[in-house]
Amino acid sequence: MTENNVSQLQQYNTFIRRKKIVFFAVLFAAILIALFAVSAGSLNISVNEVFKSFFGKGDEMSRIAVLSIRLPRVTAAILVGAALAVSGAVMQCVLQNPLASASTLGVSQGAAFGAAIGIIVFGGGVVNSDSAATAVSINNPYIVSICAFVCGSLSTLVVILLSRFKKDLGPAGLILAGVALSSLFAGGSILLQYFADETKISSVVFWTFGNLGSAAWSELLILAVIFAVSMLYFMLNRWNYNAMESGADTAQSLGVNTKAVMLISMGVCSLVAAVAVSFVGIISFVGLVAPHIMRRFVGNDYRFLIPCSAVAGALLLIIADTFGRLIIAPVILPIGAITSFFGAPMFLYLLSRGLRTYA
Amino acid sequence: MLEVKNVSFAYSRTKRNILENISFAVKNNQCIAILGNNGAGKSTLIKCIDRICPVNKGAVLVDGKDVYNMSKNLLAQNISYVPQISASLNMTVFDLVLLGRKPYIKWDATSHDRNIVSDIIKKMKLEDFAMRYVSELSGGEAQKVLLARALAQEPKLLLLDEPTSNLDPRNQHEVLQIIKKISREHNTCLAIVIHDLNLAIRYCDHFIFLKDAKIFTSGTLEIVTPQNIEEVYGIHVNIIQHKGIPVIVPLPDKKMTEDKII
Repeated sequence: MTENNVSQLQQYNTFIRRKKIVFFAVLFAAILIALFAVSAGSLNISVNEVFKSFFGKGDEMSRIAVLSIRLPRVTAAILVGAALAVSGAVMQCVLQNPLASASTLGVSQGAAFGAAIGIIVFGGGVVNSDSAATAVSINNPYIVSICAFVCGSLSTLVVILLSRFKKDLGPAGLILAGVALSSLFAGGSILLQYFADETKISSVVFWTFGNLGSAAWSELLILAVIFAVSMLYFMLNRWNYNAMESGADTAQSLGVNTKAVMLISMGVCSLVAAVAVSFVGIISFVGLVAPHIMRRFVGNDYRFLIPCSAVAGALLLIIADTFGRLIIAPVILPIGAITSFFGAPMFLYLLSRGLRTYA
Repeated sequence: MLEVKNVSFAYSRTKRNILENISFAVKNNQCIAILGNNGAGKSTLIKCIDRICPVNKGAVLVDGKDVYNMSKNLLAQNISYVPQISASLNMTVFDLVLLGRKPYIKWDATSHDRNIVSDIIKKMKLEDFAMRYVSELSGGEAQKVLLARALAQEPKLLLLDEPTSNLDPRNQHEVLQIIKKISREHNTCLAIVIHDLNLAIRYCDHFIFLKDAKIFTSGTLEIVTPQNIEEVYGIHVNIIQHKGIPVIVPLPDKKMTEDKII
């Protein structure tokens, strides 16, 4: 081992350490904002009080606000943001398409259509008319999730088939396919609503606005389990994803079963994204923007991009939701509108700077 | 030692044979040049050897073991392949070369893997670029990085698809010299698809001419004759000796001089 090698390895270790620092910095920011999100609202609760509530102590009113209203909401933001961002990062890799994400490939619209079927046809949702924000509470999350997953997977299936059998389709073609699928499912949702009664229409419409407050602990548990399993699968494949960045032939020569990795990854991505969408409604741009922000900091190295995207997605969604809750409190703005409102300009900015991938 | 036995290949959609009954062998330390016109099946042949395009018939053996019976990782430990066109990569040189260790990596890269990468980067004189992004490098440097990645796999057989086509003359010679030097040190077989006949006869010791999906002829330098080149490529050439180095010189045909092209 020469001196030269030693200094080079040190350089590399520093380089890797920097990526770890990025991860922990974003994680720290996410935790801080999450604490703020739990404490802020129409009832102001100090962070100290928040911690007391976590351990079942403190004032009863703040305990109820924290444990049964705000904490599930922030947990939903964390899980959904992380799920959408990770699935976006992995889809961008296996399809070698910088514009891929659940919402651009029609998976979200498909899942929304499925959820509408679940609510209207199978009666998975009941309507109570207390306020707009609680217009839909899903009393059978399983049937709605299953419907959302099935229809979200239809989009995935079309995208996979197109990219396999029409290899010269290119990144733009695949996204156009996503546009077509989105409008197909949006049309389907409209038709469903046309034949549904008023209360069901309003419940579906409010559902598509996106509402992080609608997810109950039981639903969050489903999402958490699915997210954890998919995260494990993605992390197990991180070297495969890195190899696939060099193109399919090179990846194969490095021992990657590219077809299987691509198909299973797309399946897992659409599962986790569709379940997330089915619980909280369509949330665009997080899955697209979060990975691209992190690519600027950690490159296309999936060892770090996957965990970093997850944390960044969670952070973005907590910020967006907290903003939506506080800006004209006590009215809560729909999260789907907020993410689109801020996500679209952010994405345009990233485009103007040049997406730092597949140039 | 690489043995290719009666290999045939056709794309399932067209059924037209891209390769018919190809057989040849390369010993360790030997460098074989796969020559022929565009579309003769050269790239397909090396993809068949590396199982990227699975053969319809025939067998490929490396050191007597059937490539088609190996696990994916074992295959990648035996054969490395550098394709003709590579994606522009938003990845550092060190990380890309580290990918060559992927077939050996269980959960994460060990210090052993990192030491091998560091050694190869030094051998390829890429130290100054180690922490640079591959997409920022020149064509010659990027090609060397891809070669370094292939060498980090510690293969018994190295397959290169036109490794010099994007390089300037100096880099062409430098890259081929490094490949030959390292393959001799590690006792590997080399198979190179190459268009530049002068580079081929300078650095390779065995030659295969592919024509119409078949081997037209194969053998040592003796088979690289003006007649064979005319049959395969359809051009007139002279082979002259310049300071003891054989040089292939294309000759103008009648039509060219009549039309005053040259």
